[in-house]
Amino acid sequence: MLVLEAIVLSVIAASTPLLLAASGELVVERSGVLNLGVEGMMIVGAACGFAGAYLSGSTVAGALCGILAGAALAAIFGVLTLGLAVNQVATGLALTILGVGLSGLIGRGFVGEKIVLAAHLYVPFLTDLPVVGRILFGEDAFVYVSVALIVAIWLFLYRTRPGLVLRAVGDNHVSAHALGYPVLKIRMMAVLFGGGCAGLAGAFLPLAYTPFFIPGMTAGRGWIALALVVFASWRPGRLVAGAYLFGAVSILQLHAQALGLGIPPQLMSSLPYLATVIVLVLISRTRGTAGSAAPASLGLVFVPDR
Amino acid sequence: MKHRIVVAAAAVIFAVAAATLGAPAAEKLKVGFIGVGPIGDLGWTYQHEVGRQAMQKALGDKVDSTFVENVPEGADAERAIEQLARTGHNLIFTTSFGFMDATIKVAAKYPKVFFEHATGFKRAANVSTYAARFYEGRYIQGQIAAKMSKTGVIGYIVSFPIPEVISGINSTMLGAQSVNPNMKVKIIWVNSWFDPPKEADAAKALIDQGADILTQHTDSPAATEIAEQRGIHSFGQSSDMIKFGPHAQLTANTDYWGGYYTQRAKDVLDGKWKSEDTWGGLDSGMVVMAPYTNMPDDVKQMAMATEAAIRSGTLHPFKCPIVDQDGKTVECKGGSRLDDGQILSMNFYVKGIDDKVPGK
Amino acid sequence: MRLVLERRAERSTTAAIASPLIAIALTLATMTVLFALLGKSPIAALGVYFVDPLTDTYSLEEIAVKATPLVMIAVGLSLCYIANIWNIGAEGQFIMGAVAGSWLAVRTHGTDVGCWLLPAMLLLGALGGALYALIPAICKVRFGASEILTSLMLVYVANFGMDYLVRGPWRDPHGLNFPTTGEFDAAATVPSLIEGSRLHLGSIIALVVVMLATVLLGRTLMGFEIRLIGAAPRAARFSGFDANKLVLITFAVSGALAGLAGIIEVAGPVGHLDPGISSGYGFTAIIVAFLGRLNPLGILVAGLFLALTFIGGENAQILMKIPLDLTRVCQGILLFYVLACDSMIAYRVRLLRTLPRPAHAGA
Repeated sequence: MLVLEAIVLSVIAASTPLLLAASGELVVERSGVLNLGVEGMMIVGAACGFAGAYLSGSTVAGALCGILAGAALAAIFGVLTLGLAVNQVATGLALTILGVGLSGLIGRGFVGEKIVLAAHLYVPFLTDLPVVGRILFGEDAFVYVSVALIVAIWLFLYRTRPGLVLRAVGDNHVSAHALGYPVLKIRMMAVLFGGGCAGLAGAFLPLAYTPFFIPGMTAGRGWIALALVVFASWRPGRLVAGAYLFGAVSILQLHAQALGLGIPPQLMSSLPYLATVIVLVLISRTRGTAGSAAPASLGLVFVPDR
Repeated sequence: MKHRIVVAAAAVIFAVAAATLGAPAAEKLKVGFIGVGPIGDLGWTYQHEVGRQAMQKALGDKVDSTFVENVPEGADAERAIEQLARTGHNLIFTTSFGFMDATIKVAAKYPKVFFEHATGFKRAANVSTYAARFYEGRYIQGQIAAKMSKTGVIGYIVSFPIPEVISGINSTMLGAQSVNPNMKVKIIWVNSWFDPPKEADAAKALIDQGADILTQHTDSPAATEIAEQRGIHSFGQSSDMIKFGPHAQLTANTDYWGGYYTQRAKDVLDGKWKSEDTWGGLDSGMVVMAPYTNMPDDVKQMAMATEAAIRSGTLHPFKCPIVDQDGKTVECKGGSRLDDGQILSMNFYVKGIDDKVPGK
Repeated sequence: MRLVLERRAERSTTAAIASPLIAIALTLATMTVLFALLGKSPIAALGVYFVDPLTDTYSLEEIAVKATPLVMIAVGLSLCYIANIWNIGAEGQFIMGAVAGSWLAVRTHGTDVGCWLLPAMLLLGALGGALYALIPAICKVRFGASEILTSLMLVYVANFGMDYLVRGPWRDPHGLNFPTTGEFDAAATVPSLIEGSRLHLGSIIALVVVMLATVLLGRTLMGFEIRLIGAAPRAARFSGFDANKLVLITFAVSGALAGLAGIIEVAGPVGHLDPGISSGYGFTAIIVAFLGRLNPLGILVAGLFLALTFIGGENAQILMKIPLDLTRVCQGILLFYVLACDSMIAYRVRLLRTLPRPAHAGA
């Protein structure tokens, strides 16, 4: 295997959980809700995903468990923020703490166990192509799902009526409500979807990356996914670019270390975060001082008046 | 009148019952452990728990042990240690370097309680230190690596540049160089004791850059798993990781604390506990090499011979002369080998390592 | 029939008083269920969590020590949150304050400087935190970048920066190359209030901060601006209040308080700078701020209460082998209940009979 091919494969694997989680959060934020609890939903997805796969012997079962776990946690968030008009920032943070604690409790019983990693695709001839074969035709299901998902999200948001409605709700929930759209219901569905994606992203780690569960194994990826959504100006196309860029930075900094380039490892580790800040500043600048490209109702509480 | 007799009788009965039920059958020694990570890390903290269980099993009814996990190394550590002291634990093991000052502070307040601090260097009348000579195992691993590697490059995944880690890298290289003077090593710092996905990424990067033997000073089995996937060999760390790398693992540098813990608890029970500094290696059983697997017989024989030599003292990984990467010969303070103080504060790479020690 | 949320005409005072009590009751009930599920006796566990720490002076002191940084940071954060300015980076500001103050301690280590050392360190700590907080503030004001994400990303940067300093330039030369600065001199240490206990001057400073914040919010023009911008931003704009200036000021103040908490924690209970100085104070303080309903006195109570749950959780781990994860779960649940009950102050839930919905085009 060529070194370049190997590096690309590593980058894809590192970027996939970011892409999955950020895709879900993109939809959520596009509907006007800010769910900061992505890290909590991801880690619960990891714990339940591992538990499901271990107990049933099937990767698919594990993935489903992860999705349901993430969605369940998101449901709590939805009931509080949409049903009871509670502050979204606080609820999201509480969700993270709850998720981290829950995953520890659930995962305790599975420490030291290992499962079989998700299978990789094999298409005779295609997968054996030099350089691109394994990259395009030799990935595991999660990678293909992540790509299909973001394409589907793009189609949904920009080419379907429900997608248009969702964006309208995110941009101006008062007008959307006046037009008769069920704002809260739409947001709730978006929140559940986002939770499922985050759970799937978390489940990817023990199911396809390293076949065991260890408390805290998401290590802040949820926060990076949040940053990614903003980095991408809430646009699916840029989200893919951003996810792979972040994945690449995290892999390349390891390669730079192995090459003995002598740059302090702490500087390398902080690069993705610094990059996010810089990009946030740059993209906001190009929009002028009017502000960011965020959905205008993002984070605002909505209580329909009758 | 009758009422008062009944009450008095009840009181007497109650007091007698309390006295007999409350009286301790035999003085049970309460032993406490503090860990910096979760028991589930399958690595450093996990091995201490294994040691605790061994001690509990060996001493049975005479001890009652508790493991407090996930104690961060800041201000909370002092409180956790003090809580163990206050709740009747008379022997307390603090199993991470970062607990050092907290241990000393609490020990000063509880002179009758015995404290054991792992991998530290501050002692007191009631504080001992203990650590394991991991570098002994690493020397053997270096030799095996040199024999088994086809590319001549070892991939090393490490956490933080503390002396214990640096001496591990050096010992591995010295062992490797004793078989093949041209061995090379590539080093990646993941800035964490365990972060399985990052360790996996580091493993892949090292393999992509030409390493075909992986070793680590981090706590998760991720690198072993990647080695298994990629069909190369690896060394486990802290615990035997053969389950994750049935074809990959050559051996593992496992910590075994059970013997030490049992001994120290016995010392307290027998009233013989003294403040000591224990740095045990292969000879005292604190470092145990996992069974040698996935290698040809001659390599296995060599490894076992080296192990025996180190155990008997005829071979020391840091025997002089030691030349650092700048070409200077390091002053030899221990006679024919570097002395313990030099190893404990090691801050340089030996010749043959092309990287730079971070933070120098 | 369906449930609707309806805004009340006036904030309900009964709900305001009952809400924290109901939230706590619900949390205790949930905790009872969780303990039972884990196979532990709920009564015993609740006792260990909430009652035992209150029964001896040592634990009470420890609650104060744990609560001090939480309260200080949370008060600063509340000033931001009231104005709808979301500073999530308090953790990073805490670290930067610790770094800034420690710089002076490390520079003057071993030399006899005099009693101005500690006040200077505290001042530097506050300054360091304030300057670090101004970065996301300026990004928001000048470039419109989301302060939530910039302040959060900078937390990681601060962590790595401190890690680098402690492993490199500031490493204790006598520390066998371990990543820690030397122990701070006595002159550079925050004095303790009672001989032999960990209760230190920082707690007094925290109380002063609470009092100052109460005065600020209740009786000054700046406090009024903050409250107005949060409650009615357009009205505030019409009154001529400059929202941008407020972003800078609230970030700077909360950063200063976080930085002050950082240097006090390092120069007090810990005594040196090393990578483990913060166990997530900056994030826990966010919870404290909300638990305290963004009110300085409420934050004081909430901080003490949350510190109680931490101490109780550690005790539970030692005495009843209850995993620490359960404490985290309970803290998350507590916050959920508090937020939910609090919403009943401004809203009420009503059961409505659904009227037949008129058909409309495009539905």
